[in-house]
Amino acid sequence: MRHSHGERMARRFAGRTLIYAALSLWAFIALFPIYWTVSTSFKVARDVTGSHIIPWVDFSPRWLGFRSLGLSPETIFQVSTVRAEFLLRFTNSVIASGGAALIAVVIGSLAAYGLSRFQYKFGPWRNKDISFFFLSQLILPPVVLALPFLILYKELALLDTKIGLVLIYTLMVLPIVIWIMRDQFNGIPVELEQAAYVDGATTWGAFLRIVVPIALPGAAAAFILAVVLCWNEYFFAALLTSTDAKTLPVMVASQTGSQGIDWWTMAALSTAAIAPLVLIGIFLERWIVKGLTAGAIK
Amino acid sequence: MPNEIASRAAAAARHRAADSNAARRATAGRRLIRAASLLLGVVVLLQVLHAAGVVPLGIDTWLPTLFAYIVWAVALGVSQVLIRGEQGKRALFLLPALLFTIAMVIFPTFFGLGIAATDWNLSSLTGVHFNLFGNIATLAQDAFFWNALGNMGYYVLSVLVQYAIAFSLALLLNADIRGRKFFRVAFLLPFMLSPVAISWMVGKSILEARFGPAATLARMLGWSSPAFYGTAWAARTSIMVMDAWNWIPFIIILLLAGLQALPGEVLESAKVDGANPWQSFWKITFPLMLPVSVTAVILRIIFELKLADIVINVTAGGPGGATDTVSSFIYREYRDRSSVGYGTMLAEFYLILIIIFVSVLLALASRWMRRVT
Repeated sequence: MRHSHGERMARRFAGRTLIYAALSLWAFIALFPIYWTVSTSFKVARDVTGSHIIPWVDFSPRWLGFRSLGLSPETIFQVSTVRAEFLLRFTNSVIASGGAALIAVVIGSLAAYGLSRFQYKFGPWRNKDISFFFLSQLILPPVVLALPFLILYKELALLDTKIGLVLIYTLMVLPIVIWIMRDQFNGIPVELEQAAYVDGATTWGAFLRIVVPIALPGAAAAFILAVVLCWNEYFFAALLTSTDAKTLPVMVASQTGSQGIDWWTMAALSTAAIAPLVLIGIFLERWIVKGLTAGAIK
Repeated sequence: MPNEIASRAAAAARHRAADSNAARRATAGRRLIRAASLLLGVVVLLQVLHAAGVVPLGIDTWLPTLFAYIVWAVALGVSQVLIRGEQGKRALFLLPALLFTIAMVIFPTFFGLGIAATDWNLSSLTGVHFNLFGNIATLAQDAFFWNALGNMGYYVLSVLVQYAIAFSLALLLNADIRGRKFFRVAFLLPFMLSPVAISWMVGKSILEARFGPAATLARMLGWSSPAFYGTAWAARTSIMVMDAWNWIPFIIILLLAGLQALPGEVLESAKVDGANPWQSFWKITFPLMLPVSVTAVILRIIFELKLADIVINVTAGGPGGATDTVSSFIYREYRDRSSVGYGTMLAEFYLILIIIFVSVLLALASRWMRRVT
């Protein structure tokens, strides 16, 4: 006991202060760009060029950005072509990401359940090979599929359609969904289904009535993660859509005017585009963490 | 006695009936899948002939083939149940995802190999020609492509820095702190933002050279004329910083889950033995975390190899190709020059490189893990 009690307390206090300082610094780094996006949407030109940061102190907030989108309080009830455009893109994003996440969770869960419970044999392919086949799709960079899909979709009349986008997004998130769901099903004891079989349940009956309700939280996590990944997707959307099926990220990316950039409009648009996901992040954090860590941690 | 014989005979008859029933179902199943295959084959053949200009059909899309494939897929499922009974019902779980993935990946990839061997250019009026060797020669001499490939090396290395930062943050989050919920949510949020929004609001607004807050801060710290995209390394670093900001939460989440799964007694006993935090980290926590770390880093590298959105939107590969990734380069090859054939060739070549690289990485990781543990 070389250190006195007070000395140890002081060191402990200094350590804790350091931990909180580091945590706060990173919280600032993580949150500042979001704050910047939201606050810039309430600025006017001179606030942007004057690098004003704090509202009501540095600058007085205006609705300029949201007015140009037709989303400010005074324009919300008026007809606005920009708002119609924005809402169309927003709906496209909702349909593309929600539809793809739903299909991926349904067919991915079925496949994951099959791989977790039954022994398959398709020619030389066993369960392990089939699982690897699904997972290996993760490696495939979008750029490899993008150009063939461009030609294919043109031939199939699927270019610039929401169905085409849903299909390719389903493909994109399917490996992740299968990974998460296989982990979920592996965690459910087989005895539950065996008991149901004894009571006369069929394979599908046991799956639908016994297993699905238990696996539902895992499926929700997979669904939320899939929605996040699809909502932010840009590469395929930029190549495969033009007027009808364009999604929000593509709309955000194409906001360059001839007069330079209207930062308040850009910021308002970005705010509206990221708001759903920021809210998901705040309220459904637990589910995203659950989805991401399934299968990765043993 | 006669009674027993009669009941046995009845049971045998039932069996036979069931057998012949099963046989009939199996026959029906085989007929069904044969008919569906025939339909698919005929539709494909007709469409190929139509495309070759032999048979005029008056359809201008390949949708009939798509529908024929869907019909064939459904018929395959039904026939599996008819032919193999219970086994077939089990196959039904796997078939949708398998048929979907095969249709969406295998076919386009092979189709892509075909495109890669041509000089297909959407803006060209002279049509499509075989140009495999021309494409290979162009690829071998394409300084911009090799430059982009070299940049991927830097981007992949930056994953290690992201890992180091993420590990420190995960350790902090795992410490006994107040307000953990707040910090966890705050640390997660960058992951929820789309790379496009990051490109504009961080890349072009915060990092704006004249009035962006980052420039103001840089001037305060003594960089008199900050230019975040002026030199090759400044631009590359800026892209890496944005990419790291976007993806560090992903690594934090994986590592934090790993930390929380660590056995508490081991760390406790180290403390009792008088190890200081630094020693106990390197001697205990870090080795125990190796499996999770390797998973996180490899997953992250796989995603890093797809990096494109931020580069496309912020620098378009500039200055002088310093920030170009393979994906963003091929994107421009298509967008600016419409060269589908050569672009696909680059993409397929990149895919082969990635498969080799990731296989080597996985093999090295598993061998290393076996040696360490």
